[in-house]
Amino acid sequence: MARVARSRETLAAKRRTTPIRVLIAKPGLDGHDRGAKVVARALRDAGMEVIYAGLRQTPEEIVRAAVEEDVDLVGLSILSGAHMALFPKVLRLLKKESHPSIQVFAGGIIPDEDARRLKRMGVRAIFGPGASLEEIVRTAEKLARPSA
Amino acid sequence: MTRPAPLPPAARAIVRGDARALARAISAVENGDSSADPILRAIYPRTGKVPVVGLAGPLGVGKSSLVSALVGYLRGQGRSVGVVAVDPSSPFSGGSVLGDRIRLERAPGDERVFFRSMASRGAVGGVAAATREAARLLDAAGFDVVLVETVGSGQVDLAIRQIASTRVVVLVPHLGDEVQTLKAGLFEIADVFCVNKSDLPGAEIAQRDLAELVALGAGHDGWRPPIVATSTVTPSGIDRLWAAVEAHQRFLDSSGVRRTAERLRLKEEIVGRVRDELAAELADRLDRDPELRELLDRVVARTLDPRSAAERLLRSLRGP
Repeated sequence: MARVARSRETLAAKRRTTPIRVLIAKPGLDGHDRGAKVVARALRDAGMEVIYAGLRQTPEEIVRAAVEEDVDLVGLSILSGAHMALFPKVLRLLKKESHPSIQVFAGGIIPDEDARRLKRMGVRAIFGPGASLEEIVRTAEKLARPSA
Repeated sequence: MTRPAPLPPAARAIVRGDARALARAISAVENGDSSADPILRAIYPRTGKVPVVGLAGPLGVGKSSLVSALVGYLRGQGRSVGVVAVDPSSPFSGGSVLGDRIRLERAPGDERVFFRSMASRGAVGGVAAATREAARLLDAAGFDVVLVETVGSGQVDLAIRQIASTRVVVLVPHLGDEVQTLKAGLFEIADVFCVNKSDLPGAEIAQRDLAELVALGAGHDGWRPPIVATSTVTPSGIDRLWAAVEAHQRFLDSSGVRRTAERLRLKEEIVGRVRDELAAELADRLDRDPELRELLDRVVARTLDPRSAAERLLRSLRGP
């Protein structure tokens, strides 16, 4: 039995496979969630645990969900054009709740000029129409596990 | 009364109601991270005082919607609620889409609800390996009620028995004829039957079949599971569903069953923990330890049978 006890730590270490956790949410009022669902599924197929929060989420709800679900990443999907109103609020609230480790990425219809500004504010990646799922998955992996 | 030992900082934060500390501790448990051990040890004496209510039943019967409705109802009564909702992990990629949150509705800024989605990560039985301890952490965090929603695989969602003190089995009309209710498994663990989507035709038949089952002696320890019709569309019956849960909780206390059931659950937990650790350890050693590899080689070569090999292994574990 002593041998069993001694090797317990190494076993625990071996079993410590930690899937990346991602919250996918749609802030604001548009009801087009096909893109968000396609991305959620691609991330799932890449082995991630995707919490799908669904439509019409306020920035407060998104941040509360990110806290409760202890996610590595928050993916925001938006097609309504309200990204300049909503994304900075999500970033600000995440910062206020002191979550420096939670990275935010986004997808939707976001003009280049807005995308540049959002990136300066802290959105780590923005995907427009035509972005490949491979690219999104690869970016998500890199954002969640920068050292890997 | 002895004074409780001082809590480690993370445990103190959880008890104080820090949502982030709670969320991180649940992750640590899920990931088998040893940082969870001192927290779990420290909070354990503070747990076991609130009702842990499980909702089990097949896919698509409305468990998530019921959880949301119950959260709304309980908040209306001024009670705080912690939820763990389990969804399946893919056996292929290991990933999962956890969608139970979609149905959750709560007032803006309401911090007296905590909702955690959990992937099953290969566990069978309808809950994840970490679900029991997540429920315990919610208990320690001071939520008045803890709700646990199972995966919804139907007939095998039985592991909830080891976590929840009241099990609600959720069904819908037209799930099958009355013979289904005679089958072993899910129907045997119910403390409360809930016929959800009762706005649909056939709800009366489903209730009647269940009533027959109960009359034939379903239930255990002298408790007869009540049957409650609910609808989350209308909505209706949520108050009666909760009243049935509370009636069962009162029964547990008045009958003394709470004590015996809890003792049995904890015994199973300890045995299960030792079994899991030993099994992982042995599987590992059969691959690494040269002596044991040889034992396995012989079984593969059919010069030794698996049963004898297992006996030899057990003897070596027990020592000389």
